Amino acid sequence: MNAPVYVAGVGVISAIGNNTAECLHALENGQAGIGEITYLNTIHRSAIPVAEVKLNNEELAAKAKLSTLLSRTALLSSVAATEALLNAAIPELSRWRTGFISANTAGGMDKSETFFPAFLSDRYKGKLRDIINHECGSVTELVADQLGIKNYITTISTACSSSANAIFFGARLIRHNMLDVVVAGGTDALAKFTLNGFNTLMILDHQYCKPFDENRKGLNLGEGAGYMVLISDRVAATLKANPYCRLSGYCNANDAYHQTASSPDGTGSMMAMQGALNKSGLLPSDIDYINLHGTGTQNNDQSEGTAIMNLFGPYYPKMSSTKSFTGHTLGACGGVEAVFSVLAIKHGIIYPTLRLDTPIKDFPFVAETIFQKNVAVNNVLTNSFGFGGNCTSLILSKK
Amino acid sequence: MYIRATGNISPQRTFGHPAFLNEALEYKGNRLHCAEPDYRQVIDVKYIRRMSRIIKMGVAAALECLQEAVLVNPGAIITGTAYGCLEDTGIFIKKLVENNEEMLTPTAFIQSTHNTIGAQIALILSCNHYNNTFVHKGFSFETALLDAMLLLKENEAENVLIGAADEITDYSHDILSRFGLYKANLSSNLDLYNDHSKGTIAGEGASFFVLSNQSSQTDYAVLDAMTTFYKPQDTATIKEYIKEFLKANETTPEEIDLVIDGRSGDEKGDRVYKELSADIFFSNATQISYKHLCGEYPTATSFALWAAANILKHKSIPSVFLNQSDTGKHTRKILIYNHYLQVHHSLYLLSAC
Repeated sequence: MNAPVYVAGVGVISAIGNNTAECLHALENGQAGIGEITYLNTIHRSAIPVAEVKLNNEELAAKAKLSTLLSRTALLSSVAATEALLNAAIPELSRWRTGFISANTAGGMDKSETFFPAFLSDRYKGKLRDIINHECGSVTELVADQLGIKNYITTISTACSSSANAIFFGARLIRHNMLDVVVAGGTDALAKFTLNGFNTLMILDHQYCKPFDENRKGLNLGEGAGYMVLISDRVAATLKANPYCRLSGYCNANDAYHQTASSPDGTGSMMAMQGALNKSGLLPSDIDYINLHGTGTQNNDQSEGTAIMNLFGPYYPKMSSTKSFTGHTLGACGGVEAVFSVLAIKHGIIYPTLRLDTPIKDFPFVAETIFQKNVAVNNVLTNSFGFGGNCTSLILSKK
Repeated sequence: MYIRATGNISPQRTFGHPAFLNEALEYKGNRLHCAEPDYRQVIDVKYIRRMSRIIKMGVAAALECLQEAVLVNPGAIITGTAYGCLEDTGIFIKKLVENNEEMLTPTAFIQSTHNTIGAQIALILSCNHYNNTFVHKGFSFETALLDAMLLLKENEAENVLIGAADEITDYSHDILSRFGLYKANLSSNLDLYNDHSKGTIAGEGASFFVLSNQSSQTDYAVLDAMTTFYKPQDTATIKEYIKEFLKANETTPEEIDLVIDGRSGDEKGDRVYKELSADIFFSNATQISYKHLCGEYPTATSFALWAAANILKHKSIPSVFLNQSDTGKHTRKILIYNHYLQVHHSLYLLSAC
């Protein structure tokens, strides 16, 4: 039950790049993917900045080798999951029991939004092809079928912690010897539904977001997908290259405080981080880098920071929020940021938090603001906290 | 794994643990509707006001289940829902379209999130433990249940609250009808299996369980195993999966006393049950179906599991399931086999305590 689970491959698409190399390049060069809305057809176009993947649906479909009629959520998922599997380069993949555990929150909502205006005027109208993949699970199956994965397929949706939970569930299926290989992570495309939903909550920054800054005003929504290929030690023994790292710790806890707000002391965040440390057998002082949930809302950063202060003080690891580059990719963020965490270990790098001018006064630590190379990064903690109090932390370890 | 407690809201009278399905509620047409209780019996009024129907159904079924288990803080809360909170999704998208993205309020958006039911249960209980929501079509309940079973095996929890909830709304019924899912002219849900035509009847429900790795001496049943398979090629493959499943659980076909199958009345979808019935669905076993009672929906197996657990607890098969009268035989081992639209197949094995 405690057998090692290795990360053999990674794949990512986000506003800062269509693959791992492009994202890494943007992270190194401080290039945020946030900007004026280009592809989403919304009245908020010039008012609310978002972090869109820089491809329209036709370009994305061509890249994914899927129909342009499919949800952007599925297209993004296909691109990143395919990259992860190719990157893992598992010899004779078909001999292993393989699963696809994917997360999302929006499902095919982008297409449902096309369907609904006609449907609302007349219930016999609206093209059925626009609603057929509305369900979150449909998005997963479109990609699983494309990848030829059928031994185990499921979808998790726990708001912003969705894909961290998918990775964690995938690792457990390996530990229980139910699967040998799992492609795990998540995807979400921007939709009017989510943009307007977050807008009504008044937690969107109308400027570029400033995570962990005293003067932060909210989050920027983003879109993307991030997956890792998790493998058992039996599969690892067949690889030509060494795996990137191990998924050594994970924990899921619930804040049980409010449907959309985190508790001031970060109860759930603290329990998730502590639980992940316990699972990995590591001490707070073993963590070299924290990839923060760091959305840039008053509430999240206060709550997450307080939990970090209580758990790690007085010695703090380096930490940063890559959401200052990618925006908040919701159901995908746990996957996208887990991939960035793996790359931090692989390349010995630390990412900056962009636009951080005035550190939060209540905290004795400051998030990193400069890209750093040649750092010994052995253990990374990555946080994903969401609506419904769902908090999940993962730990990735070099050894 | 022990099924220690249950809580169920369905189109039948199932909430509040009344007599176990002593009569079947009849529905005209192709849409069943949950027989909803007075929610004030179980949910604090201050919460009820904001909750949509599916949230009330899910939370009430969960709380009823915990009451029966005399459990205030389960070691985990795991939910399966294929469609999530459709009513709130529909409300928000309607306003979004009609108001052209202006003058919107957050409540429906907040509650449209798929993890709302699990989150509301955690909030009401102040339960900080593991909390997860699976949203995979006809596997939503099964993957939630697998997660629960794994947590118990890992000793991460001693008791897990696990359940499923799905609702029909006017929008979803209209849309799924256009996909041809439902029968056009069915006089009664009780005639479901005699109507040899395309389609089924729309169902909904919320069903929760407390699963435990320790016997409480008052458990409903033992859940020996559960497995799923995705898009099997043909009946022969399905037959192999069933044989393997029984073998892996050291059970012979002759030991199965009762088979609960997932017949939905759809001529094409039911073919596999009939083929298996003529073949390996076990000479010794009584065979029953359940979707005339709860309707067809992606998490309908949660109703089947509830029914199986109750049959083992009450040591009898209610007449609402049987074409013939109760054989009087003591039911000790039950196999449930279900598929949803021939894509998502699941098997459950249960034993009497």
